[in-house]
Amino acid sequence: MNGSLAMVPQATDYLRVLPEIVLSIFGMAIMFADPLLKERPPRTLGTLALLGSLLALAATWVQAQYPGFAFWNMVRVDAFSVFFHFLIVAVTAVVILTSFEYMEVEGIRAGEYYGLILLGAVGMSLMSSAVELVLIFLALEISSIATYILAGFRRRAAISSEASLKYFLLGSFATAFFLYGVALMFGATGSTSIQVIGAALSSFEVPALAYAGIALMFVGLAFKVAAAPFHIWTPDVYEGAPAPVVGFMSTAPKAAVFAVLLRLMFEAHAPGRIGLIWVVAALSMTLGNLGALVQNNVKRLLAYSSIAHAGYLLVAFAAVPDSGIPAAMFYAASYAAMNVGAFAVVSHFSNAGERYVKIEDYSGLSSSSPLLAAILTVFLLSLIGIPITGGFIAKFYVFSAALQSNLVGLVILGVLNSAVAAYYYLRVIVVMYMREPRGEVPVSAVPAGMGAAMAVSLAATIYLGVLPGRVLDYAGRAVAEWLH
Amino acid sequence: MAPVATPFFFYLLSLLTLGSAFLVITRRNPVHSALALILGLLAQAGLYLMLYAPFVAGVQIILYAGGIMVLFLFVIMLVNLERAQREEQFNKQWLVGILAACALGALFVFVFWKGSGLFPTSLEPMAEASNTQQVAELLYGPYMFAFEIASLLLLVAMIGAVVMAKKRI
Repeated sequence: MNGSLAMVPQATDYLRVLPEIVLSIFGMAIMFADPLLKERPPRTLGTLALLGSLLALAATWVQAQYPGFAFWNMVRVDAFSVFFHFLIVAVTAVVILTSFEYMEVEGIRAGEYYGLILLGAVGMSLMSSAVELVLIFLALEISSIATYILAGFRRRAAISSEASLKYFLLGSFATAFFLYGVALMFGATGSTSIQVIGAALSSFEVPALAYAGIALMFVGLAFKVAAAPFHIWTPDVYEGAPAPVVGFMSTAPKAAVFAVLLRLMFEAHAPGRIGLIWVVAALSMTLGNLGALVQNNVKRLLAYSSIAHAGYLLVAFAAVPDSGIPAAMFYAASYAAMNVGAFAVVSHFSNAGERYVKIEDYSGLSSSSPLLAAILTVFLLSLIGIPITGGFIAKFYVFSAALQSNLVGLVILGVLNSAVAAYYYLRVIVVMYMREPRGEVPVSAVPAGMGAAMAVSLAATIYLGVLPGRVLDYAGRAVAEWLH
Repeated sequence: MAPVATPFFFYLLSLLTLGSAFLVITRRNPVHSALALILGLLAQAGLYLMLYAPFVAGVQIILYAGGIMVLFLFVIMLVNLERAQREEQFNKQWLVGILAACALGALFVFVFWKGSGLFPTSLEPMAEASNTQQVAELLYGPYMFAFEIASLLLLVAMIGAVVMAKKRI
C-alpha cells in the first residue's frame, strides 16, 4: 500500500468496464437532454436510450476482448461476466423498445424513466462482473433503487405508488440483511474479495460465522429474485408497476442477482449450499405455482410464475458446478427472452391506464388479433416448457444437471410442479382461443417499436429452443475458464 | 500518546451514551429527544476515539451529529408536533421487549466469555498517527472504483427522490 501514488488505473481497466461507462454516459445525457427538448415527443429520448443500450452491446464485445481483473481485483471480466452483460444489456434494449408506446399512452415524463433504466442497467451489469462484496453491494443498490422508483412511475394510479413504497420498504430491509451478511463474512474470513473468501473457506475449518454470513447474504439476494419464502412482495409490486417495467425487473435484475449468487455459491465455496438451496428451491416452485392457480389478473399470474421460475433456476444451484452453472446461465437467458416478450404483449394489450389486465379480457383475442394471440401463446408455451421453445431446453438442462448430482427429490418436485403450472398458462390460451371475443376491449395495431421488441423476444425464445448448442457451449466454456 | 485514565473516560462516555439514549425515548417533546440524541452520538464519537479510530470518530461527528441530525430536526419542525405529543408514547409489548432484551443480554454474556474462540485472530492494529491516512490510501487506491461507483448510487437515489417528490411528472 506504500506506493499509493503509483496506483493509477490503466486503459485496460477502463476497457473492462466499458459497457458500464457507455450506459452511465447515456443515462446522464438523457437527463441533460430532457429539459432542452420540452415540447418534443418522448420518442426522441427513447431513441437516445435505445442508441445507448445498443452501443453498450457493442461495448460488451470490446470488453470481451480484454478478459482479466480490473481496478485491483474488484472487477473480473471473463466469459461468465460477458454472458450476463450481454443478457442484461439486450434485455434493456428490448424493454426500451416496449416502452415507446407506453410512454405516450400513459403520458409519462420520459427523461427520468429512460435515465433510471440505463443507470439501473449499469448496476445490474456491474453485479455480474464485480468480485468484491463492497462493490457488489453498491451495484446491487444502484439496481434496486432504480427499480423501486421505476415501479412507481404510473403516478395517476394509487396502486403504482403503493407498489413502489412496498417494494422500497421491504427491499431496504432485504438489503440490510445482505450487508449484515457481508460484515459477518468479513469477520469470518478477513476479506471482502470473493476469491480470498473462497480460498479461506476451502482451506481451513469453516468458522461458524461464515455460515451466518452466507445465510444472511442469501436472504438478501433471495428477496431480490423473489424466491420463497421471501416472495410476498412480488404479486403486489408486479400488479402495480408499469407493465414494461415489470418485464424489465422480472428479468434483468434477477439475472444479475443470479450471477452474484453463482459467484458466491461456487467461487466463494459457500458452506451449507445444498441444504439451503434445496429448501428455497422447493418452496419457490411449490408456492409460486399454487399461488398462480387462483389468479385472475395476468400480471399477478406472471408474478407467481416468476416466483416458480426462480425456484426452477435455483435447482441448478444445488447441482455440481460443471453442469449446474451452464444450466443456470441458459435458464436465465431463456427466461429473460420469454418473460420480456410476454410482458410486451401484456403491456400493449392493457391500453391506457392498464385497464385490460384480467384474464377474461383476453377472451377471443385469437379472432380480434390472431397474430398477437399466437405470439403470446408461444411465450406461454415456453413458460410451461413445451419443446422447440427455450423454456423446454432450459428446464431439461436444469433437471438433468440436478439428476447428475443425485437430487432426485428436487427433480421429482420440479417435474410435478411443471405439470401444475401447465394448468394456469393453458387457461390463458384457452380463453384466447375458445371464448367469444368481448366487444368492449379494443386491440390497437402494434406500433413499430413494440413489434420489433416482440419479434426479438420471439426469435430469441425459438432460437434457444431449436438451436441451443451455441449458447450452451459458450456457457460451458465460461464455466471451464472460470473454475479450472 | 499513552492513554490516561482509560477506565474513567470509558465509563463516563458509556454513561453519557446510555443516559442520553434513555432521554431520547422518554422525552415527550421530539426536539428534546433530538438534542439528547446529539449528545449520545457525541459520546459515541468519544468512544471511537478511545478505540484509536479518529477517522470514524470524525465521521460520526460530521455525518451523524452534524448532517443527519439537522435533517432530523428539519423533519421534526415540519411535521405536526401537537398531534405527536398527544399520542401514546409506549406500546404495550412489554413481554416481547423483555424477552428480546434478555436474549440480547445473554448473547453479550456468551460472547464475553467465549468470544475469543468465535472470532478469528484480530488483524494488526493500525498505527495511531496514520489511521486516517490509511483509510484515504485504501479509498483512493484499491477501492477507488467502488468509491466512484458510490457517486452513481447517490445520483440514482437523488433522481428517485426528485421523481417521487414531484407532484406531476
